[in-house]
Amino acid sequence: MTERKTSALPVQVQMLSKHFGNVRAVEDVSFDIRPGELLTLLGPSGSGKTTLLMMIAGFSRPTRGSIRIADQEIVHLPPHKRNIGMVFQNYALFPHMTVGENVAYPLRLRKFARSEIEDRTRKALDMVQLGGYGARRINELSGGQRQRIALARAIVFEPRILLMDEPLSALDKHLRETMQIEIRQLHDRLGMTTISVTHDQREALTMSDRIAVFSNGRLAQIGTPTELYEKPESRFIAEFIGESTFLPLRHTPEGAAYGEQVIHLADDVKQAAGETLLMLRPERLRLVPADGATGAGGDTNVFAGQVNTVVFQGESLLFEVMLDGGHKVSVRMANRSENLRQLPQAGDRVALKLERADARVVRAEG
Amino acid sequence: MADVTSFPAPGPIGQAEFEANRRALERDRRAETRMRINLTLPALLVVFVLMVCPILWLLSLSVVGGDGGLSLENYALFFSEQVYVEMFLKTFMIAFVVTIICVLLGYPVAYLLAILPPSWSGVLMLAVLVPFWTSGLVRTFSWLIILQRNGIVNKSLVWLGVIDKPIPLVHNMTGTVIGMVHIMVPFLILPLYASMKAIDGNLMRAGANLGSSPTHAFFRIFLPLSMPGLVAGMIMVFVMCLGFYITPAILGGGKIKMIAQRIEESISLYPTWGPAAALAVLLLLMTAVCLFISLKLVRWLAAGR
Repeated sequence: MTERKTSALPVQVQMLSKHFGNVRAVEDVSFDIRPGELLTLLGPSGSGKTTLLMMIAGFSRPTRGSIRIADQEIVHLPPHKRNIGMVFQNYALFPHMTVGENVAYPLRLRKFARSEIEDRTRKALDMVQLGGYGARRINELSGGQRQRIALARAIVFEPRILLMDEPLSALDKHLRETMQIEIRQLHDRLGMTTISVTHDQREALTMSDRIAVFSNGRLAQIGTPTELYEKPESRFIAEFIGESTFLPLRHTPEGAAYGEQVIHLADDVKQAAGETLLMLRPERLRLVPADGATGAGGDTNVFAGQVNTVVFQGESLLFEVMLDGGHKVSVRMANRSENLRQLPQAGDRVALKLERADARVVRAEG
Repeated sequence: MADVTSFPAPGPIGQAEFEANRRALERDRRAETRMRINLTLPALLVVFVLMVCPILWLLSLSVVGGDGGLSLENYALFFSEQVYVEMFLKTFMIAFVVTIICVLLGYPVAYLLAILPPSWSGVLMLAVLVPFWTSGLVRTFSWLIILQRNGIVNKSLVWLGVIDKPIPLVHNMTGTVIGMVHIMVPFLILPLYASMKAIDGNLMRAGANLGSSPTHAFFRIFLPLSMPGLVAGMIMVFVMCLGFYITPAILGGGKIKMIAQRIEESISLYPTWGPAAALAVLLLLMTAVCLFISLKLVRWLAAGR
């Protein structure tokens, strides 16, 4: 199959707001999308991510702000003049047309020659691995096939950018995981600037170059998947991406402390940061017997506690440990035979080790 | 620890016990089938007595001649007189015209109902339903008053200078069609509205996203998808028009004769039920043919092409 060169354009969103009466669905959101980047808008329902996508697509009129593709302002353009491809949440395939007619729809509108339409439709179907499905009816397709056709229809006319609204939410878990990889690979081949919306953090981590996390209509943090996971700025991000438990920190002359225990942190904490928390990723804590709690020093923090529960979860074991300081902490241990030999049981005294490099501080608010 | 009493696990099932289970399950299955038949029977009986029997009776009446014997003379009567054929044609023509006007008036209303926010569409729906719930006889006489020589329509038109003297609006085709459209249009709007409501709003958005102007998207996406509801409504209106009696009788003023009126006249004109019954059977047959063709059309449309 010949690769067609598609455009990679930058997108700039500036001070974009959308108010519904008194509800501020999106408030002063600004970010840049680099040419060819796959950016995911992530957030819980009601965080404004879908409203933002609808404004970029042109289905929702912003209260104020600017959206630019390359250097063209598109905020005033009606949706049919924006030349933006979109994969809808429920695919929105036309049920009264065949697969081929659906894919050819944008090409017919653009008055391509008949042979060009046929050629491009066939290539687009090949690209989503549904070559030969052109004559099928939409209701004969499975969910995964519909998803692919929606994708083919969205890219066949070489739009300036591609939008995807919860593209995989209607698929079962296994298919979703396959499609995440497939969409990522397709994106790498096309190189088209893509904006995807999801509430599934795993999907965002798997597919994205960068993720923009939204909360209450505002942009909470934007960064690569690794940045967001390793260096979340707030409790909200740390909880939304990955699992986490938190310990309150006090500011003492010796540095940040949990109770009386001074914590060795990965970074210096800014004093003015307000209330701060120590983020504990369950897989970064090491569970050792209470008597083996040596090695505390400049590079390791050790917490003493008692095992509340042990839950077998297949590939890992999840422990809930009650620290002597009175906080519950989750610890994940890989299901490996060397770990199982001396497995702590509920009620056992244990120690938790946290490497300095893993001791991250987050804001309690926002 | 909770106070739990543990019971021993049951042993393996014996051959005899297994066989007894199988027989009992089979017995249950038969009992269920009998029960289903018993529960359906009363409803079937009602349908048979009230729907099938009268039609069979009508059929039998239509083949009884003036002398009381079996004959097809009632049907021969129909085919012997040109006036009957013309009347049938006129009935179908009126039904067709009324259906088309209902489509032109009803489609925009149903569209508005489907796209307006619920508070507004609720009010509009009442405007459709309140006349629908009002007696057809009352509405027909209302039209008689509105459209008569000194009615509000003629007076207004004269006052506005559109016409010099009152024009005849009732006791003719115009009045008949106006009255029938008014009675029939809800029968078109309601199924059409239901099918429009079922159209996914994202489809129109997808059309716009792919480059369709609103007008283009309407004709390529919305209109084809609303077609099954439109055809269902048209069939309803057309078939009901074919047998319509009250409104054509009153607003037509005896000048517009549709089949139903002719049937009524036959009953008083002839000493036997035969001629009227034959007309009714012919109407029923033609309606059935129309329905059959329409249903084929709906299937064809639903299949997409």
